[in-house]
Order: sequence, then C-alpha cells, then structure tokens
Amino acid sequence: MQLLSQTKHLLKKEILLEWRSKYAFNGVLLYIVSTVFVCYIAFNLSAGFAQSQGYAVVWNALFWIIMLFAAVNAMAKSFMQESKSRLLYYYSIASPQAIILSKIIYNVLLMSLLSVLALIVYMLFFTNTLGDAFFYFVVVLLGSISFATVFTMISAIAAKAGNGGTLMAVLSFPVIIPVILLLIRTSKIAMDGLERSLSYGNIGILCAINVIVVAASLILFPYLWQD
Amino acid sequence: MKFIYQTWWKVLTVLVILYTLVAGLLLGVPRLPIMHETIRNVYFHVPMWMAMFTVFTISVVYSIKYLMTGKPEHDLIAVECANTGVFFFVVGLVTGMMWAKYTWGEYWSNDPKQNSAAIAFLLYCAYLVLRNSIDEEQKRAKISAVYNIFAFPVMVVLIMILPRMTDSLHPGNGGNPAFGKLDLDNRMRVVLYPAFIAWSFMGVWIASVRYRISLIEYKKNAIE
Repeated sequence: MQLLSQTKHLLKKEILLEWRSKYAFNGVLLYIVSTVFVCYIAFNLSAGFAQSQGYAVVWNALFWIIMLFAAVNAMAKSFMQESKSRLLYYYSIASPQAIILSKIIYNVLLMSLLSVLALIVYMLFFTNTLGDAFFYFVVVLLGSISFATVFTMISAIAAKAGNGGTLMAVLSFPVIIPVILLLIRTSKIAMDGLERSLSYGNIGILCAINVIVVAASLILFPYLWQD
Repeated sequence: MKFIYQTWWKVLTVLVILYTLVAGLLLGVPRLPIMHETIRNVYFHVPMWMAMFTVFTISVVYSIKYLMTGKPEHDLIAVECANTGVFFFVVGLVTGMMWAKYTWGEYWSNDPKQNSAAIAFLLYCAYLVLRNSIDEEQKRAKISAVYNIFAFPVMVVLIMILPRMTDSLHPGNGGNPAFGKLDLDNRMRVVLYPAFIAWSFMGVWIASVRYRISLIEYKKNAIE
C-alpha cells in the first residue's frame, strides 16, 4: 500500500502546484477558447454554413480535432516543466510506478475538467441539438480519459528524448488515431440520438485500450526514467 | 544465434522464392470475376506482410530483451529488424496499391485497411525519427525500445483488428470472406504457403545482414 500513499501524495502535490500557478489550466483553456473562436469566425465567413447539409458531421469532427490539439498542448507540459534536479528528488523518494500513476490521474482530472469546459464553450458558439446529450457527455469524458492516458506516456518519452513539441506530435498522432476514430464514431451515434446499445462495442474497445495503455505505462516507465 | 550464420536456410529460401516466382506466374489459378489474372498478386502482396510481421515481432522481442539485459547488440537487432520491416511495409503497400488500381479502380480508395496500414506506417516512421533525435547511445536504445514495445500492439490493432470492424473492400474484412474460405483452391495453396515462409525467412536474412554490418560498425567505433 506504499504505492497508493505515494501516489496520493504526489497527486496532491501536482494539484497544489497547479492550483498555485494555474498555468497549465488557464493556458489550455485560453487555447481552446481562442481555437473555437477562430473556427467560428473562419466557418461563418461563408454565409449559410449552419444550415448546410454537412453541418452535423463537421460539428462533431471539428470538436474532436480541437480537443486533440488541446490535449497535446496540455499533456506536453506534464513532464517537460519538471526540472532535472526535481525529477531526481522524486525518484529518490518515490517508486516510478507512483510517479507515472500520479501523473496519469492528474492528467485525467485536468483533461476531464477541460473537456467539459471546452464542450460548453463550443456549444455556445456552434449551436447544435444533441440527440442524446447525456450520452454525448459521457463519450466526451471517456475521450478525455483516453487522451490523458495515452499522452502521459508519450510525453514521458518525448521529454526524455529532450526535444519537446515536434517529437510529441510525431510520436502521439499515430497512436491516438485509432482512439479518435472510435471516439468520432461513437459520439456521432450519440449525437444522432441512435440506440445506445449500438455503441457499447466501441466503448468496450476504448476501455480496453485505456487499460492496456495504463498497464503498459506502469510496466515500461521504470525502464524509461533510469538514466 | 548460430542459426543466422549458417548457409543452408538461405539457399533454401532463395530456391523456394524462385519456385514461387515461377510457379506463381505459370500454375493455374481459379478464374474469378473482377480479379482475373491479378489474383496472382496474392503470391507477392500477402507474403510481404508476413515478412513484415515476422521482422517486427523479432524487433519487439529484442527490444524487450534489451530492456532486461541492456546489451547493445539487442538494440542493434531491434533497429535493423524495424528498418527491414519498414522496407517490407512499403513494398506491401505498393503491391497492394497496384492491385487496388486494377480491382477497386483507384490506387487509394479510402479503404479502412489501407488507411490503417498508412497510420501504422507513420507509427514506425515515428520510431525511426525518435531514434535520430537522440544522440546518446544508451539513452537512445532505451527510449526507442520503450516506444517500440508501445507501438507494436497499436500496429497489430490497426492492421488486424480495426479494419475487421468496419466495411472494407479488402478480403477478410467487414464481412467480406477471405481468400481462404471462398476461392483459394489447392493449386494456389502449394504456392502461397511456401511463399509465406520463404519471404519471412528472406526478411530475417536481410535483417541479419544489416545487423552484422551495424555490429561491425559498432565494434569499430568502440575501439577508438
């Protein structure tokens, strides 16, 4: 149970640090709001966009693309902002599993909060009627959890390799594409208000991917951090 | 490891590949609508993917071994296998695209199998880019081994599982029957199965030659 208490303390420290500076949260929130606003202006340059035929498809795809880029930006910071000496200190007092687990949990919390806010802002600008609003909301939460688990491990690899943003995008996009395909398909089902049982299979696969990614992170991270 | 330095299996591989080339072009094949003679491409297209899976599997096994033992040779094997795998990946994609042009009408027809193969290709390109971005040898070996182990299951999911869940033009996916069930008669089996094995060994051979070259380079650099 040492792992659990270590994870709890590290998680508390992450949240406390974030609460003091509010840098990651505010930065990404501003990123999302400005992206949504840019998209709003860009798409409404041509009149009659909201009444056009492909509106629903574009609405759904655009939301997930905005979420994808916001997630990359939010997660890229999770290991890079730690200074080398501070990392060394963590490693001397905590087990590597506790470190990666606390990062994953913290990122899941951050991404869930951000995705809910992003959905609200997005709905404000791009009006759309959701067929099954609650289910869409659940899918968005599940998507943000999946983004957090995948990107945490990738950002650990990218931070170790030592050159930030580009490598993060190059490494993470091929891994995240299957996840985002499943998410877009599932959320479209929720948006059209179709039978919920249609998407149980997809949700099962998403949960399985999350479990596999977390397990792989726990096994592989100890090899990654030791220099 | 003695095995890769022996000659007999290399001779056998070349002979069997020669046999599949000749027999694949000369032996009779079932006449099917749309496919016609292009069905012979199955002897060349599918074995490429078999070879790719073989070398990628060896690559991930040696990545795991590297993390456990830390021997630099294991890292060399892993990266040379990945390089060879990327080569077979490209050849498999190109043969598939040529086949698609004659049967589906387009080189690239937005088919789920084609798309996920392209994504998996990006995945392994990312692995090679990751290697180039790190200078320090041990660090590079360790980080890329971790990414390789991370990437392999994603590649399997992309190529083997996801296309099967959606509608696809590709045989064996989305309710389409694979060749095996419908029309692969015994005349084709005697060519196709040896081709699978022979091309897989060809992949292993290419990877082992590349590994031996890079081992020489590694040893040469180590003395200085």
